[in-house]
Amino acid sequence: MELRRILAPKEEIPAGLRLALGLLTGISFLALWSWLTYGGLVRADFLAPPHEVLMAGIRGLERGTLLRHVQASLIVILSGFALASILAVPLGILMGSFQVVAAVLEPITGFMRYLPVSALIPLLILWVGIGIEEKIAVIFLGTFFQQLILVSDVSARVSKDLIDCSYTLGANRRQVVTRVLFPACLPGVMDNLRVTMGWAWTYLVVAELVAANSGLGYMILNAMRGLFTDVILLGIFVIGFLGLLTDQIFKWIRRWLIPWSPAF
Amino acid sequence: MTTAKLVVDRVRMAFPRRGKEPVVALEEISLTVAEEEFVVIVGPSGCGKSTLLRLVAGLVEPSAGRILLDGREIDGPSADRGMVFQSYTLFPWLTVRRNVEFGLSLRGVAAAERQRVARRFITEVGLEGFEDAYPEQLSGGMRQRTALARALANDPEILLMDEPFGALDSQTRQLMQELLLRIWEHAHKTVLFITHDIDEAILLADRVLVMTARPGRIKKELAIGLPRPRDISLLTVPAFMAYKREVLGLLHEEAVRAERSRNEVGGA
Repeated sequence: MELRRILAPKEEIPAGLRLALGLLTGISFLALWSWLTYGGLVRADFLAPPHEVLMAGIRGLERGTLLRHVQASLIVILSGFALASILAVPLGILMGSFQVVAAVLEPITGFMRYLPVSALIPLLILWVGIGIEEKIAVIFLGTFFQQLILVSDVSARVSKDLIDCSYTLGANRRQVVTRVLFPACLPGVMDNLRVTMGWAWTYLVVAELVAANSGLGYMILNAMRGLFTDVILLGIFVIGFLGLLTDQIFKWIRRWLIPWSPAF
Repeated sequence: MTTAKLVVDRVRMAFPRRGKEPVVALEEISLTVAEEEFVVIVGPSGCGKSTLLRLVAGLVEPSAGRILLDGREIDGPSADRGMVFQSYTLFPWLTVRRNVEFGLSLRGVAAAERQRVARRFITEVGLEGFEDAYPEQLSGGMRQRTALARALANDPEILLMDEPFGALDSQTRQLMQELLLRIWEHAHKTVLFITHDIDEAILLADRVLVMTARPGRIKKELAIGLPRPRDISLLTVPAFMAYKREVLGLLHEEAVRAERSRNEVGGA
């Protein structure tokens, strides 16, 4: 294929080329990292070389500490995310389709969506303490209001004709909500849950900032004190990897749950 | 004429606007549709013909006047007035079969009976073999066939059709018109059909009602005396052309009027 086609907007490129370019990025990144560290351009306490990060990983696995941190973080992330989703999805669907619900909730969501969650941490500590509840609350607050707004938008976009059509088929208002509005929102809801799951991971370190004794965020913060850049990088890679994994899982669930709607 | 199935009695529809005069979509409109009659309303765009159909469906309430079905004033939407929309309104999460069964399942009809009815109407609209397909996998014409089967499976007293073939290409549209003629000629449903396609109106209708530009009223009523069964070969018959000339003339006057009033509003 000639270069002009490949560099035109919205043109398909061959799968092989796509894979090759992706690999090239990964290899370049590793090469740059190796050059900076093994080449002696950056000191090890600023940036650990690749093999030290790998060794830190193996050490962590052998001692079982890495899995313990992963487990602690997963519990926090998944609990906070699940709690937020369970409340935000139905509430968001109603908010997007019932102006009464929107009128009640909009002052709160409009205000909360711009608040950095970290600003609320002092209050959270006062109110829910420094245990795991506080960490879950951070994830919850970080995702709940975003989910509410996104899901409400999905619900608002459900075609009015689809609703009207259901009425002319004999549906009452309750049936319109449960048998038409909810399923019609499902693909959009799943897509937005996937996006907000990604955001939940970004709150992890903030959540484990205070009084944690396990978790990947804690592992990173703790390593900073001793300038263990290998452990810091390990933590970053593990979070990135787990983020990718949850994203894949969401893709699989969507395909399995919603075979009738092609994913984007 | 036999007894009136549907009576629209001096219905007026005005949509309020904030800080401005309300928009009068329909002004004192009256019409009747007889039992088993096929009535088509044509009108210039924006004349309120879709609003009229939504009023009959019970999806909106008139500002004044009454709408009666079988002598009873309508109150909100109900399964006795089935509707086929111009936009694709199939439920994307349901297969063709489940879409057609939808109205029956809302009423708690047993599965065996639902399947029997669905099979009958799927066959009637020519979709055998596509029972388990999702709407996403269907062409526009097949989607509207399913929508028609879904409306018919509910056995409504009157079928309301709001430009149901408006989004289809002209070949598919003709196929759908012939399909609808075939179904109607042996099912004998009462139909109120809206379109801006003059050929479609004359081909399908027992009676064509021509609407004025906004605010919409009935300008003229034409009984179409073409023999049935009909098919699209009728489109070139002299009698058909005569009807077409008449409707074209009526609509042209209204289009000119609509254009002029738009310009006046724009200039004011």
